[in-house]
Amino acid sequence: MTTAATVQSGLAAQGYVAPPDLAMALHLALVLGRPLLLEGAAGVGKTEVARALAAWKGCALIRLQCYEGLDAAQAIYEWNYQRQLLAIRALAEGGETGSAVEARLFSEAYLLERPLLAAIRQPVAPVLLIDEIDRADEEFEAYLLEVLSDFQITIPEMGTIRAVTRPMVILTANGTRDLSDALRRRCLYAHVDYPDAVTELAILQARLPDVGARLGEQIVGFVQSLRKEELEKKPGVAEMLDFAAALAGLGVADLTGDPAVLQAALATLLKTQGDRAAVTTEVAQRLAGKAA
Amino acid sequence: MRGAVTRFAARDPGPVARVAGFMAHLRSNGFRLGIAEAEVALAALAVTPADEGSVRRALKAVACGCAEDWARFDAVFNSYWRNGGRVRSKVVPSAVPAHARAARGAEGENGTGSGKADAPDSGRDGDSEAGGAGRLVATTVRNVMKKDLREVVSPEDIRAAEVVAHRLGQALRDRRSRRAKAARRGARIDLRRTIRASLATGGEPMRLARKRRPERPVRIAALVDVSGSMSVYARPFLAFLAGLMRADGRADAYLFHTRLVRVTEALRDEDPFRALNRITLLADGFGGGSKIGAALEQFAATYARRFVNGRSVVVILSDGYDSAPSGQIGAAMERLSRRGCRILWLNPLKGWRDYAPVAAGMAAALPYLDLFAPAATLDDLAALEGELARL
Repeated sequence: MTTAATVQSGLAAQGYVAPPDLAMALHLALVLGRPLLLEGAAGVGKTEVARALAAWKGCALIRLQCYEGLDAAQAIYEWNYQRQLLAIRALAEGGETGSAVEARLFSEAYLLERPLLAAIRQPVAPVLLIDEIDRADEEFEAYLLEVLSDFQITIPEMGTIRAVTRPMVILTANGTRDLSDALRRRCLYAHVDYPDAVTELAILQARLPDVGARLGEQIVGFVQSLRKEELEKKPGVAEMLDFAAALAGLGVADLTGDPAVLQAALATLLKTQGDRAAVTTEVAQRLAGKAA
Repeated sequence: MRGAVTRFAARDPGPVARVAGFMAHLRSNGFRLGIAEAEVALAALAVTPADEGSVRRALKAVACGCAEDWARFDAVFNSYWRNGGRVRSKVVPSAVPAHARAARGAEGENGTGSGKADAPDSGRDGDSEAGGAGRLVATTVRNVMKKDLREVVSPEDIRAAEVVAHRLGQALRDRRSRRAKAARRGARIDLRRTIRASLATGGEPMRLARKRRPERPVRIAALVDVSGSMSVYARPFLAFLAGLMRADGRADAYLFHTRLVRVTEALRDEDPFRALNRITLLADGFGGGSKIGAALEQFAATYARRFVNGRSVVVILSDGYDSAPSGQIGAAMERLSRRGCRILWLNPLKGWRDYAPVAAGMAAALPYLDLFAPAATLDDLAALEGELARL
């Protein structure tokens, strides 16, 4: 039987450092078979959780990226119209007509699986990642609730398809809009925050073992204090890793060494014009000095 | 006291009842939990090691539903399991922060509030302890004037406003729907239906089925400021509100001054005269001071959760003069905009020459507005039709 600790170590083996809260929520989601809703700012590693989980469990990761206007045809299934048209022609030439044609046209061969349908038909339970659910509109949320509670999908032409295996469902949201209470209540919940300095250093060491211990501490200290500044878009974990990789690639051993190099490497951390302007060489040097 | 594990009475029926009690404690602290969650909590505890950290984290994952719950869970957990909890469990914290309840002289109150930051259910305690001077100052500021709305608005006004409201409602129709719907005339071909129909003609798609994006009606929520500084404009705005309620069966109406009241049902009264009578009773304190921030905060935390979604338009009719700190307006607007709605602010002062939104509250709200327009009379409102259609 798994415990929160095995989840934590399992993910750690995949290079994902999960805080205890998150590990417990994942553990419960796995054991109780409930979907897990992850919320948090962009760039804190919500999507990465699903990837690490799939890698640890050795199963497929099926991802559904949500966007406004996402509908059943893109999320669940669609008929392959082009093939159907060709088949109708071919069958007509062969002299077949009527209900035989219809039965054949609306069969497995002409069905295009979209993520939700694919997820419930896997022989091995996959990880189903429903990314940025708050971007989809409310109608889709309601449909999703139905799929998540019954794990079955009804296709009018074919009948009801029941889940072969129950996927592990992870939903992510970053607060573009509030989600419905019904969806929240169906899910377990974990809020993912920017990691603290110790966790972030562990992440850095797990992902980029080549970065020296001293530089690593400087980088993490610098990024942590940068997040406390008034920025439009705070740098996430992925940005921190890019930043570290950039510095390592530039052959930097000490963050306070060359202001020009640091300023250039900031391109990996600050992604808006306003933020670039706000973090001047002086500010960057002050933060780097504090981190050193 | 704090830090010690709660000792339950000897007649306590056991762990299941304690967890149920904890769920009730969470519920009374504003967590939205049902019976199903209690079951999940028990199931979760069955697979969790019995140390405090694990139990805390397991219940946290089950009971929380949003970032706010997540942030205050630990404190609520402590107050039940570690603090002789049951005594406090009946206290419901208010969604409105302490400083919103007293306009001036709030320093003393904040002082006691922060000292108890670790106990979430002490919101009321802080209030009563604040007592003395701060409270008194606040009450003198609250200038309650009773004004009869029937003197302000006539039924003829309402009939004229009904026409305007109807046209605005039309202009506001939501054109963003991407979900195509079958339609006789549409821009896109509906392949699914076309092929289905082509079976009848031996596979020749003779009849092309089409689909298009439907336009959806939006849900309008109108919030009208009826504080003293706005009383000059009360006539057109209240008429507009009443007209809106008559023209659009899905719209919602609210009045606010120092607090917010929902007047939707009252304004739907068949007799316009009686409708005004009813909202006069509801809007006690009409013509007094205004706490826009607190009112918006209250709206965002309560009604908006139920009635406002991505297809809503929130119309705020106010001059933006607030007697409370401006940070609150910004926070409330941010929260409201997260519902995904469009927000219009119609400010009668904006029509003035050389007007700049310098009122701190107004400035804080600006970044969240989809439209900031002048409106002081019914004609001004009618003139907005074009702008709303472009929204």
